[in-house]
Amino acid sequence: MPREPLKIPFRVDGLSILNLNGEVDQALEPALPSNDLRRLYRTMLASRRFDERCLQLQRQGRLGTYGPSKGQEAASLGAAYVLQARDWMCPSFRETAGMLWRGWPMSQIMHYWAGCELGNIAPEHVNDLPICVPIASQCQYGMGIAWGCKLKGEGAVCLTFCGDGATSEGDFHEAMNFAGVFNLPLIMLVQNNHWAISIPRERQTISQTIAQKAIAYGVPGLQVDGNDLLAVIVGVREAVERARTGGGPTLIEAVTYRLGVHTTADDPKKYRTDEQVKEWEARDPLPRLRRYLIEKGLLDDKAEQEFEQSIAAELEQAASEYQQVKRDPAEFFDYMYACQTPELQREQTELRAYLQSQAEPEPADKPVRQPRPGPQASGHVSGDGNHAPKGDGRLAGGQRLVESRCNLRQSIL
Amino acid sequence: MAQLTMVKAINLALAEAMRGDERVLVLGQDVGVDEGVFRITEGLLREFGPNRCIDTPLAEAAIVGAGIGLAITGFLPVCEMQFDGFSFQAFHQVENHMRRFRNRTRGRYTCPMVLRMPYGGGIRAVEHHSEAPEATYAHLSGLHVVLPSGPRNARALLRTAIFSPDPVVYFEPKALYRAFREEVPDEPETLPVGKGVVARPGKDVTIISYGATLRAALEAAEELHDDHEIEAEVLDLLWVSPLDSELISQSVRKTGRAVVAHEAPRHCGVGAEIIARIVEDSLMYLEAPIRRVTGFDTIIPYFSNERAYLPDAGRVVQAALETVNF
Repeated sequence: MPREPLKIPFRVDGLSILNLNGEVDQALEPALPSNDLRRLYRTMLASRRFDERCLQLQRQGRLGTYGPSKGQEAASLGAAYVLQARDWMCPSFRETAGMLWRGWPMSQIMHYWAGCELGNIAPEHVNDLPICVPIASQCQYGMGIAWGCKLKGEGAVCLTFCGDGATSEGDFHEAMNFAGVFNLPLIMLVQNNHWAISIPRERQTISQTIAQKAIAYGVPGLQVDGNDLLAVIVGVREAVERARTGGGPTLIEAVTYRLGVHTTADDPKKYRTDEQVKEWEARDPLPRLRRYLIEKGLLDDKAEQEFEQSIAAELEQAASEYQQVKRDPAEFFDYMYACQTPELQREQTELRAYLQSQAEPEPADKPVRQPRPGPQASGHVSGDGNHAPKGDGRLAGGQRLVESRCNLRQSIL
Repeated sequence: MAQLTMVKAINLALAEAMRGDERVLVLGQDVGVDEGVFRITEGLLREFGPNRCIDTPLAEAAIVGAGIGLAITGFLPVCEMQFDGFSFQAFHQVENHMRRFRNRTRGRYTCPMVLRMPYGGGIRAVEHHSEAPEATYAHLSGLHVVLPSGPRNARALLRTAIFSPDPVVYFEPKALYRAFREEVPDEPETLPVGKGVVARPGKDVTIISYGATLRAALEAAEELHDDHEIEAEVLDLLWVSPLDSELISQSVRKTGRAVVAHEAPRHCGVGAEIIARIVEDSLMYLEAPIRRVTGFDTIIPYFSNERAYLPDAGRVVQAALETVNF
């Protein structure tokens, strides 16, 4: 019974395709349609401008605390690009670029940061979960979603995002472990942005990389340059294809950096140096992609200017939209249960009566804005999204839906 | 009709739901090959296979997290926590996600799932196996919380929970698992969400209870009748969220006296909410102060002392006499 090294076959690659100057490794360069590349660049730019606009809006008191994605856009964008609409995406809260790619309206994301739950309603055409604040907890339901995908056998996969700080949480471990044991079509992408508010990556783990944690779960692990859009796309595509064809989960570490504040409530000067930030500004994913596109003849000043103009117009539109939604201040009772309980009805009635007693009469000339159609309007009632009965008129809102949901229950019972 | 223990009745409810609806899955630790440490899942792996009766790795938060994801993708998962005291390791998933998805996505995603767990003392178990945390869960809006008290309602309530469009925490009084048998009809039954029942009619005092403690309440009512000529009305709430305020109110207005009995600690327990509601809507009907018979505001003692902690019929009788003789 000798003592000898165990034979544990494993390999963890690091992948980088676009260098800091936007020069490409031609052997690894993915063949992406030109139009996709232009749209990807535009989305990354839109995410950057979205951040800037939201920081302004926050300073003006028009948004609450805001967490920018600046510097990390390539990681979520490249990953989201690989997904199909039927796939599931479970963001954390620095995936604005990926969400924009998936078709989340800007106004919807602004709603979230403006303290309004309408910001959590994913567009109908994608299976996306809303922003998730409790760290790493989304990995768990993402794992469950991947399990559902596997049981349904339709080839859909699930992609979850979390940060380097999240890898210290039990939820990260449990989700990765379950995904391995049950061979689930799950891609867990860690945005290693080096900082969990003030706690550096080195304080989360002394593991040399986060990607190598995959070894412990017996699943493939890969480190990609998270500021290199092409590397993210290639790495995630490999993982998604494996997951889709029954090959199970993958852990991907996207090495990136939070160039901005943790949130608008944070002052990073307290815990990190300007030198470090400058060092990472040189690796900013946006100019890298710009240089690559220019080099390929896919982008010039004129196109860039057009992008800037159309993005600015979209942002204006979005900012105006989210600020115009008129909300029923007692609507939040409507979504606790399929059928409201008598106690909640009583509480809601009490609140309405109180609010009415305090309300001042509105001036006659005040314009009344019509809310946008769809579930994100000020509708009182929502459907049962994932378990909706056929033809329940989910978008219609109103009492009919309450009845239909209660009837649904009755009919099942 | 069959005479079943609660264990068999719960097992039957699971099997019936799984047979009738392919979306129903059971997952947890030891639910498959071992058929559950209390044999609740007996035969399920054999009949429904490993994709529907799933032995998981040992991680409560992942069992619940997986359940949430499965529910979102259209399944009806029944997640087992092996014991009450371990459910706290999944608590953040319940609080942060399971109860919130309908609300925070305005119905785009919902979590129709069941979190089952044996609860309470009385089986001489090791520590962390005898907790009664129903008030902790009842405090979380978005969940329904149910505690059956016998084989027949256990089977009906589990079916109700499984097909409820909202997440339900289903507490199984483990002391009653094999305590007695009851007639259970051939056809599956359900019971309405949030509705309690009169377990024994009476006119002199209302004893409000649920779950395992209902046995003590019923024994106490018997003793009050036999030895004191007092007719106690015993309410079995079944649900502690939502609470059947109407039932409580009707009975207390009739009797003018109330005793609340549960084995969970007194402070901020379900009894406190029940009494607050009685005071809010029926104060002027009361003839005497309301009494509480509960576990104490300590950690439940190890089993050599658990009898002293758990409410028994004697304490309920004493409390009822105090209100009647006030």
